[in-house]
Amino acid sequence: MASVEFKNIVKRFKENTVLNGVNVDIKDKEFLVIVGPSGCGKSTLLRMLAGLETVTDGDILIDGERVNEYHPSKRNIAMVFQDYALYPHMTVAENMSFSLKLKKTPQEDIDARVKEAAATLQITQYLARKPQALSGGQRQRVAIGRAIVRKPKVFLFDEPLSNLDAKLREEMRVEIAKLHQRLNATILYVTHDQVEAMTLADRIVVMYNGKVQQEGTPMEVYSKPANLFVAGFIGSPTMNFLRGNAAVKGGKTEFISNDIKITLPASLLDPKTVKDGQEIVVGVRPDDISVDVPAKEGLTEALEGKLDVSELLGHRENLYIYIGETRVLANTDAVGRTPGDKVKVRFNYANMHVFDKATEKRISR
Amino acid sequence: MIDNKKTSAMSPEELSEKYEKTKESLDQLRGMLMPFLKAQYEKNRKSLERREKIKIFLIHLVIIICCFICIYPLLRIFSISLRPGDKLFSTDLSLIPDGATFSAYVSLLKNTNFLRWLWNSLVITIATSFIGVSLASTAAYAFSRFRFPGKKIGMIILLSSQMIPAGMLILPLFLMIMKMNLMNSYLGMIIAYSVSSLPFSIWILKGYYDTIPRSLEEAALVDGTSAVGAFWRIILPLSTPALSIAFLFNFTTAWNEYLVARVVLFSSQQYTWTLGLFELQGQYLTQWGMFAAGSMLVTIPVLIVFLYSSKWLISGLTLGSVKG
Repeated sequence: MASVEFKNIVKRFKENTVLNGVNVDIKDKEFLVIVGPSGCGKSTLLRMLAGLETVTDGDILIDGERVNEYHPSKRNIAMVFQDYALYPHMTVAENMSFSLKLKKTPQEDIDARVKEAAATLQITQYLARKPQALSGGQRQRVAIGRAIVRKPKVFLFDEPLSNLDAKLREEMRVEIAKLHQRLNATILYVTHDQVEAMTLADRIVVMYNGKVQQEGTPMEVYSKPANLFVAGFIGSPTMNFLRGNAAVKGGKTEFISNDIKITLPASLLDPKTVKDGQEIVVGVRPDDISVDVPAKEGLTEALEGKLDVSELLGHRENLYIYIGETRVLANTDAVGRTPGDKVKVRFNYANMHVFDKATEKRISR
Repeated sequence: MIDNKKTSAMSPEELSEKYEKTKESLDQLRGMLMPFLKAQYEKNRKSLERREKIKIFLIHLVIIICCFICIYPLLRIFSISLRPGDKLFSTDLSLIPDGATFSAYVSLLKNTNFLRWLWNSLVITIATSFIGVSLASTAAYAFSRFRFPGKKIGMIILLSSQMIPAGMLILPLFLMIMKMNLMNSYLGMIIAYSVSSLPFSIWILKGYYDTIPRSLEEAALVDGTSAVGAFWRIILPLSTPALSIAFLFNFTTAWNEYLVARVVLFSSQQYTWTLGLFELQGQYLTQWGMFAAGSMLVTIPVLIVFLYSSKWLISGLTLGSVKG
């Protein structure tokens, strides 16, 4: 197993800059997930590590060795493709043993390894079949099996679950998590699905516009988003953003917009970090909005709102509430409210975030 | 219809009575309708079956007519090849003529260079096919996968070269082959043939390669093959349908070609069968029996190649490789 370093990676296609100075470290045996919207350059980064894209500038190191110019076959990595990329003219067993045969591994070794991987992935009964005769989930298992048998330094997963239906995706997600525990391997996993990122990763790297926006454990990224993009991208349903101005008076900070006025205590925002009148954005997740609860330590003042739409999800419900002209989404225990009801809304200070509007960076603690 | 407002005001007894009544009347209605529906269903089923039968009959009719048009000349030639020498110009239309004989075949093989011509054709055709397909498969791969200056123009030039009638190329081809000192030789013929069918083969193969997902080669590269290895182990095996079409095209054009052969070859020893058969056509006497016998014999190799390659012409070979 191995560590991987991306140092100042730049990738340009003609005038189009896809990656702009990306630095990412993957520690030995770490499960690192790169997450970002499509077109953010995450797949390009992965393909550069695989050797399928050239590097415009910067260095890629595997175990401290620069591999920029190495042919894909010389990097000792295995990759699982989004579209599986199984060889259609070979059986499952041949697909899985292809790389070992190329390396002239003795036949007994090949058989043993293929058998072991097939057992791990529960595809033993399909070994003699062609990919054509398999379902999507089974094909994905074969693709993973093809990677496992090689015992590579690094596993690369390029959006492996995005072609599966929702139920199968959940199943395979659990399988991949189990696989990581068993293999104890270095894994680089690319996805646009933040749920996959949150559930699978040891560490998450959030990318946007060819740049790393934030890296950290899933909890860090979720509870302390570094900027507006990360705050909006991670977490479902999406965080509410309230745009307005800071008012600093005698050591007391307030957030003021046309519709909303709330106190921002020092525990949330150091008064020294904001100027009076500075344009700020306050972020609060739907889960951290309480509706019709009495005043309590740690909650904001009550804001008068009117319920616009309510979506019942079972034991929870999504409430779209207008506070003046500002619409916020609250996710609360279901009590069966009717649209048009007057409601009192309070935010939870502990999980509020304040961003500077100009730089989009986090300024709260 | 049951009025909701009314039912809500009724007592349970009234309600169940009303329910029973409604049920009864519905059952009656069903009893009346069922025989009618059944009859309709039977009628529909029968007319559908009849329509299906007519459809199948029409399809077969068209196929049979087409087959007959294709096979008729072949049968006539076969019948002519069997006629004894004195009945060559008979207008008899029977398949096996009176006094049928293989004497034309025997004298063709005995008295002419026919076997030699057949051999020449075979050597030239097979060499042409293999060289043509290997050149086309690699060139098409470059056109399909790599980016290089002149790619688009190259494809257009290849296509437009197909628009020039073969006859126009005879003279330049003659001059080139003469300059290369390859007149009256296998090699000259092989070069002329394999090059002339290249554009078609490249277009066919390029189009086919384009449908093979790139991730297959990328997977092969990551699995440890070289670029050439990925082409050889993944792309070529998957392209057998297109490769066999290209092969067949090369084979049949080279096998049946006359014009270029007429120009390049000039000794009877080097003739291909197309030239050879015309040897039989004299100014005063054409040996139609032998001519027909020769025509029958030369279809055999083509027939074998077609039958053999048809099993490779299965499309959909890439099914199941990637999510589609």
